[in-house]
Amino acid sequence: MDFVQDMNIKKIMHVLRHAPHGTIYTYEGLEMILIMATYDQDISVVFIGDGVYALKKGQETSGIGIKGFARTFSALDGYDVEKLYVDQLSLEERGLREDDLVVDVEVLSSEKIGALMKEQDVIIQH
Amino acid sequence: MLHTVNKSPFGNDTLETCIRFALPGDPILLIEDGVYAVQGGNRFASMIETILKKNPVFALQPDLSARGISVITNGVTTVDYEGFVELVEQHHVNSWL
Repeated sequence: MDFVQDMNIKKIMHVLRHAPHGTIYTYEGLEMILIMATYDQDISVVFIGDGVYALKKGQETSGIGIKGFARTFSALDGYDVEKLYVDQLSLEERGLREDDLVVDVEVLSSEKIGALMKEQDVIIQH
Repeated sequence: MLHTVNKSPFGNDTLETCIRFALPGDPILLIEDGVYAVQGGNRFASMIETILKKNPVFALQPDLSARGISVITNGVTTVDYEGFVELVEQHHVNSWL
């Protein structure tokens, strides 16, 4: 990759804060992430609050008549979206541990996530 | 980084979440239903006072006026649309929805 191209790469952070099935926010966020991933930007995804439920293992959605999308998060690394961060407090408050999640993530403190937010060119809240 | 919050703190934890990730010095701008947080004497007054120790807090005047809020928590600064634009010009924006 040459220097000029490198200058055009923006740091873009997506923040997912809603539970996966009650509203469309998280699903639409995921679609947007997949679309943006094709533009070779420096993308990261942060799961905060009920957003962490999107990654919960064992979601069986056939009974509510929708296609689950938890597995799609595991496919993100195939799109070079490898920076997945989870807010530690949000996980703890919900009685969840890293083992309960469908994909490898980095669990970070509020301070660390706040510092990452500061580095971004663009933050998109879903 | 400028953080904007547009949800009432009474029905939504967006303000609390935003505060947890804001860095010291980051301005917090309350807009739309977010301005209910700074109505003087409400349940969030002490929380706003705590926030003010580390972060400047702004509230959009047209949104306060539209909601009949004339008394606001001490230390909160009101801005008009021009002030809103100035804040946006000066910072990257994190728009908590």
